[in-house]
Amino acid sequence: MSDTAVPDATAPEVPFRILPALTDLNREFWTAGARGELRFLRCNACGYYNHPPTMICPVCHSKDLAPHSVSGKATLHTYTVNHQPWMPGPELPYVIAIVELPEQAGLRLTTNVVNCPHEDLVIGMPMRVTFEHHSDGDDEIYIPLFEPDPQARAS
Amino acid sequence: MSKFVEKSTVISGIGQSDIGRRLFRDPLELTLDACLAAIADAGLTTKDIDGVATYPGPMSVPPGFSGAGVVDVQDALRLDLGWWSGGIESPGQLGSVINACLAVAAGLANHVLCFRSVWEGSAQGTKGRASTMPGGGGGGSFRASGFMEWTLPFAAPSAAPWIALMAQRHFYEFGTTREQLGQIPINARKNAGLNPKAIYTEPMTMDDYLNVRMVSSPLSLYDCDVPCDGGTAVIVSHVDTIPDLRRPPVHVDAVGTALRGRPSWDQFDDLTTMACRDAAAQLWTRTDLTPSDVQLAEMYDGFSFIALAWLEAMGFCGHGEGGPFVEGGQNIARDGGVIPLNTHGGQLSAGRLHGYGFLHEACTQLWGEGGARQVPGNPEVGVACAGGGPLAGALLLTTHR
Repeated sequence: MSDTAVPDATAPEVPFRILPALTDLNREFWTAGARGELRFLRCNACGYYNHPPTMICPVCHSKDLAPHSVSGKATLHTYTVNHQPWMPGPELPYVIAIVELPEQAGLRLTTNVVNCPHEDLVIGMPMRVTFEHHSDGDDEIYIPLFEPDPQARAS
Repeated sequence: MSKFVEKSTVISGIGQSDIGRRLFRDPLELTLDACLAAIADAGLTTKDIDGVATYPGPMSVPPGFSGAGVVDVQDALRLDLGWWSGGIESPGQLGSVINACLAVAAGLANHVLCFRSVWEGSAQGTKGRASTMPGGGGGGSFRASGFMEWTLPFAAPSAAPWIALMAQRHFYEFGTTREQLGQIPINARKNAGLNPKAIYTEPMTMDDYLNVRMVSSPLSLYDCDVPCDGGTAVIVSHVDTIPDLRRPPVHVDAVGTALRGRPSWDQFDDLTTMACRDAAAQLWTRTDLTPSDVQLAEMYDGFSFIALAWLEAMGFCGHGEGGPFVEGGQNIARDGGVIPLNTHGGQLSAGRLHGYGFLHEACTQLWGEGGARQVPGNPEVGVACAGGGPLAGALLLTTHR
C-alpha cells in the first residue's frame, strides 16, 4: 500500500464525495488511510472483525474491541458499472463494487473500483486498497477505494 | 382453530386513489381517497374501522416517500381506534398489513384500515431523481451516517446499484442473462396494457429492453420501477365479521416475516438472494398449501431482479434457476403461465405504489375483478410479496377456508 500515491482532494481529478460523519467508532476506518492503512474494529477476545463497527462484539459480546489493520487485499465479489447521475461524484460511468477481504469470510465493503478498464472487471479478481484524500474542516478523511492488485496478477 | 393466528383474518376490502406519474395533488387527499374506497369496498363505514396500520408513517425525507401517517388519517376520518401502528421498521411494506392481521387475531381491533401512499412522481417534478437523493444531491455540510455511511461516500445512494450488485453476482454464479431478466419487465408491460390505471402501457419488445439506456449494469432503465403518485388501502378484518361484509373475503392463509441474515445490502450472507429467502421459507411452514397450489404471484419488482429473487424464494423454481424459469416468458405469463406474475403490470409499468399494489392486485384477481387482465380459471390461491434487500414480507391468500 505504501507505494500507492494518495490523490489530493485539491487536485481537479478528485471527485466530489459525500463524506462520512466521523464518530469514535468509525474514525480509524475513515482516517487511517493517512498512514496507508485500512483498519477495522476487531474483537480482542475472539478476533472477529466487527463491521460496520458497534461497541459490543456480536459473536462473543466482549466490549474489548480495537482498530486493527488488515492487509488491504481483497477479491472482487460483485460490481456494477453505474451510468446514472444520482449525485455529483466520479465521472460517469463509474464502478461501484463489493469486495470481500481475505481476513474473514463475509467481511465486505461497498467501494469504487478505480484504475481498471471496465471491460477488465472479473468477479473474483484480486484487488488492493488505494485511498482518496478529502479535507473537510478539521477532518482528514481517506476514502478506501480498490484497484486491481498487480502483485497478485504477476504471481 | 389452527395455531397460526393469521388464519383468523381476512382481507375484506381494497381501494386505490387515482394513480399517475405526476398528479400534483395533496398526498393526504390521495391517501383518503384510497382509504374511503377500501372501506366502502368492504361494505363498512368509518364507524366500523377500529384499527389503522401504515408503512412507513410520516416522513419528509426522501420527498414523496410518504403521503400520510396514521394520525393524519385517524383525524381526517375521525376514527375511534382500539389499535394502531405505523413505521418503517417492519418486514417490508406489507409488514404493516401483517401487523394488522396480528392485532385483529389478538382482539385489539376487528377492522384495520391499512394504507400506503406515495407522491414521488410529483416530488421529483422536473428535477429528476438526483433531487430526491440523500443529501439533496450533494453540497453543503451534509455528512453520511447510519447505514448510508457505507454507500453514500462511494456515490451509491440508490437501491438501483445495490440491487445491481446482487443481480451481477447472480449472473456470475448461475449464468443468468439480461435476456432472461428482461422477461420480467416485458411481462409486466404486457399485463399493464390491460390495466387502465397503469402508467406505461405501450408494448415493449426484447429489442426495446436490450437497447434502452443502462442505469447500473446489468440493470437498465426498464429494470427500474416508475415513481408515481397514488394511494392504496386494504381492510384487514376478523373472520367472525364475515357476515357483516359486502362479499366473501380473501382469507389470509399464512404470512412470512423472517429476517435471519444480516440486515444489510452488502453484508448479507448470500448476495444472490435477499431476506425474501427466509420470509418465504417461513411462510411455507405455516400452511398445508405448497407452491404448486398457487395460481398467481404478485411480487415486488422495484427492480426486476427482486421479482426474480422472490420467484426463487417462494419455491416456484429453485435457487439460481430463476433465469431459465423466466426465459421466454411463458412460465410467468398471465394467460396460461405456470405462475402468472404481476398481472397488473407491477411497479415496473403500473407505478411504484411501493408494496401495497401487489396485495391490491392479488385480491382483485382472487375476487375475479381483474377485468381484461383477469387470470383465467377462477384462481383461488395467490401470493403477495413485498420488499427487497433486508426487507421482506409475504402473504398467502385464498378465497376459501
